[in-house]
Amino acid sequence: MLKKTPFHHLHLAAGAKMVEFGGWDMPVQYKNGIVYEHHLVRTKAGIFDVSHMGEIEVKGKDAESFLNRISTNDVTKLVPGKAQYTAMCYEDGGIVDDMIIYKLPHYFMVVVNASNKDKDFDWMKKHLAGDVQLRDESDETALLAVQGPLAEQILQPLTPENLAEIPYYGFVTGKLAGTDMYISRTGYTGEPGFELYFYTDHAESVWNTLLEAGKPFGLEPVGLGCRDTLRTEMGYALYGNDIGRDRNPLEAGLGWITKFDKGEFNGRSALAALKESGLKKRLMGIVLDEKAIPRGHYEVTTLEGTPIGEVTSGTFSPTLEKGIAMAYLETPYAKEGNRVGIRIRNSVQPGTVVRFPFLKK
Amino acid sequence: MNFPSELKYTKDHEWIRLEGDTGVVGITEFAQQELGDIIYVDLKPAGSQISEHAIFGTIEAVKTVSDLFMPVSGTILEVNENLASDASVVNSDPYGKGWMVKIRLTNPSQAAQLLSAADYQTLVG
Repeated sequence: MLKKTPFHHLHLAAGAKMVEFGGWDMPVQYKNGIVYEHHLVRTKAGIFDVSHMGEIEVKGKDAESFLNRISTNDVTKLVPGKAQYTAMCYEDGGIVDDMIIYKLPHYFMVVVNASNKDKDFDWMKKHLAGDVQLRDESDETALLAVQGPLAEQILQPLTPENLAEIPYYGFVTGKLAGTDMYISRTGYTGEPGFELYFYTDHAESVWNTLLEAGKPFGLEPVGLGCRDTLRTEMGYALYGNDIGRDRNPLEAGLGWITKFDKGEFNGRSALAALKESGLKKRLMGIVLDEKAIPRGHYEVTTLEGTPIGEVTSGTFSPTLEKGIAMAYLETPYAKEGNRVGIRIRNSVQPGTVVRFPFLKK
Repeated sequence: MNFPSELKYTKDHEWIRLEGDTGVVGITEFAQQELGDIIYVDLKPAGSQISEHAIFGTIEAVKTVSDLFMPVSGTILEVNENLASDASVVNSDPYGKGWMVKIRLTNPSQAAQLLSAADYQTLVG
């Protein structure tokens, strides 16, 4: 039985095409399709239901030191009202999950991937140390992402908070659409926008208020299909595709959230050894020359066809109108401008290695 | 959904419009909806001889790639060149501008095994 978010019936009413994602029945697109929704978010604004994400509250006197020990980024750098992108690692440096930690005055909220939530909660419980209490708040928490260049204009009239004052990866606790929520300037699209966390019992009224207020700006609900094409154009990693048990943050290009100087953390010695010995592969972008679309697990080769890597995420980029791939390449080939191939059915499709994001603004 | 009664269908979601020993082949409205935004259609060239159920091309949508299967054995006489510049007509007009190949049937009697519109409609529910 697939799980349903509190907006499920509203998706059906809006004509969504539903798919299974991480155990949830989620909208992949609405009537106008993924490409339309993608351009809508890049040019105006779209509203995503991402309530399938997990929220874990971490409380107690030792909450900070506990989180700092199980995550790669430096939690001590957080102040109330700031959020941080980070990851949890196994001892061997493999990734348990990537996540966002929000710091509130008296506790933390950890936002994790839907498909990993139970695993993450168990992992945290297993590594508990000191005065720390965990609470899984996922079932009570609705999460909507309003993303796009017009997001702030649409939301500002609905709240007394000054949205312009919220920095990237900052958030406030306040009322919006008459509902108490965390208003967070975060997202997974590369566009300006906000993520709104609130109790599920307000789901329908918030959804309707946002869509009504956004109507003059062109705001529409958008699905996970364009969420994937939008994040891929930015080169944002997706757990299960680009990162996972057998991938580590360094090869994934997440060295910037791996803080060796903060002291001991899970996976630190394995990652330090890896760094010392040199990375064997790197997650890079590939843009194909011709009309072809790379997909996950396709083989990356030299132009002559020798295997040098693997695609982990691939799609058609609606903005670039080209096939793009996120791929692990053997380090000698992982250089910007390098020419490589992707084996698609019976041919090697030529392309160029690029740094993320694919979309240079 | 629209399944014109003058066409014949396959369980792989292709349609064929038979005209004597030739036929025009495309994919159904159900298929285009399931695929979502269609970006590229890659077809075998005119002159190719392809057996019943064998692959005559591939169709790339944003989310997925799918093979195209020949409803009956035949030789490709013509491919829809317009799809190279705008494959989205397969979404907007699957039975018209979104046609894919015109074929000469090797064995016209194979057409008897194809599904009627009513049978196909039952299949896709």
